[in-house]
Amino acid sequence: MMEVVRPGALTTVQDAGRFGLAHLGVASAGPADWLGHALANRLAGNPETTAALEITLHGPTLRCHDAAALAVVGAPATVDGAPVRDAFAVRRGQTVQIGQCVGARAYLAVAGGFAAEMVLGSMSTDTMGGLGPAPLTAGHTLLADPCLGVPRRLDPAALPDRGGVVRVVPGPRADWFTAASRRAFYAKPYTALPDSDRTGVRLTGAKLVRSRAGELPTEGMVTGAIQVPPSGDPIVLLAGHGPTGGYPVIGVVIRADLPVLGQLLPGQGVRFVPVTVEAARAAYVDLRAAMGRAILRQALHPRFS
Amino acid sequence: MAEINWLPAGENAVLLEVSALATAHQVWAALRQADLPGVLDVVIGARTVLVVAEPGFDVDSVREVAARAGPGPDIAARTVEIPVTYEGADLADVATRTGLSTVDIVRMHSAVEYVVAFLGFAPGFAYLTGLDRALQLPRRDIPRTRVPAGSVAVAGEYAAVYPSPSPGGWHLLGRTSVRLFDPDEGALLGPGDRVRFVPQ
Repeated sequence: MMEVVRPGALTTVQDAGRFGLAHLGVASAGPADWLGHALANRLAGNPETTAALEITLHGPTLRCHDAAALAVVGAPATVDGAPVRDAFAVRRGQTVQIGQCVGARAYLAVAGGFAAEMVLGSMSTDTMGGLGPAPLTAGHTLLADPCLGVPRRLDPAALPDRGGVVRVVPGPRADWFTAASRRAFYAKPYTALPDSDRTGVRLTGAKLVRSRAGELPTEGMVTGAIQVPPSGDPIVLLAGHGPTGGYPVIGVVIRADLPVLGQLLPGQGVRFVPVTVEAARAAYVDLRAAMGRAILRQALHPRFS
Repeated sequence: MAEINWLPAGENAVLLEVSALATAHQVWAALRQADLPGVLDVVIGARTVLVVAEPGFDVDSVREVAARAGPGPDIAARTVEIPVTYEGADLADVATRTGLSTVDIVRMHSAVEYVVAFLGFAPGFAYLTGLDRALQLPRRDIPRTRVPAGSVAVAGEYAAVYPSPSPGGWHLLGRTSVRLFDPDEGALLGPGDRVRFVPQ
């Protein structure tokens, strides 16, 4: 069991997400950066879909009432003031503090997983629909299955650095925009705005102009969809988005590059490049292989050998 | 066989566009029933069905199922009666805008058997088609910051009931005590269901 001393800016529980109910208006939720979430779980020795904490901007302070094996990705951490990284152990009574995120979000996993009430098949917090556990508050108790961890390290050099270039599969509604706007979208950088959240990253840059009048009938939306409201400023939908929307989607960010959007801070820029469905799938396979190389299993500590 | 326009929606999803809501319902029902392995969600829209799948999913299996879709007893459509107290905050305003009396508004709103077109906006929020043309109004100029749960409302071509308190720009005609969404049970209404409003 862990007690929340300070909750951080916005800390939620996220597993893989709540699937199969989008046709009933239920959002999937799940991590805004699936890669950081998966790596934290793998460092903790968990399946990737295990419930972990998603930390926004700056992290919580947690008092551990039991020994536990934890793992952090995306932010510095201390145990009773001593710096730790990647996978680390805490003893009963120790305090874990997670600092300022490197990007927009960090993930804290515990070996065995955090335990929250299962709502419609998932422990994920749906911030928009109000389903799942409430975001952490001071005094809140987190339940975790105590479980032994294996020392693991993360090798960030094994992971690709996208350098702010994000690949996009054009469509389904690219034909709603003028040819000039479609060119501009892939030619000029966009900057993240401060009102971005788990539902989407709001961008500003070249305004996208529609080539047709009228409104799009409401349709299903995927995570990564780049929606364009009448203002012409695109919004990239993250995992917290609603299942349907009414703005045309000029393109969809490929799964391999979604983590870049999940980590984008206000003021930071991205540039979009169009790719084919085949290239998008190949990029995901490559990233999975890189993830395998990035998790290093360390020799056992002499104390355990 | 339904005429379907196939649109890419990233590398793990495909958007099937059809010409009418009824066709969308048929395609949606066929895909739900097929329960293809690897498919995470099948989301119905006003003229579309979005199939969201796990990475590596082969979209050809969707083509086969969608091609077979047709009219039939695919959708286990239920008829749900929703009791309404017609004392909504916008009843008088809707009367002014439409030139109808509040008695007429209640009669027209409760005379129709609605069909659940699709859900969205919030868990359990069903967009109901069949609204009398005379009651079709654009959304309010200034949305409310909080509409209470159970509010029975209209906007554009749709009628709806707010399942949970939320911001909203629809015109409020009344309220119901029926729960439209429960975190344990799920949603009361699904695509294709029929709805009748019964004045209390």
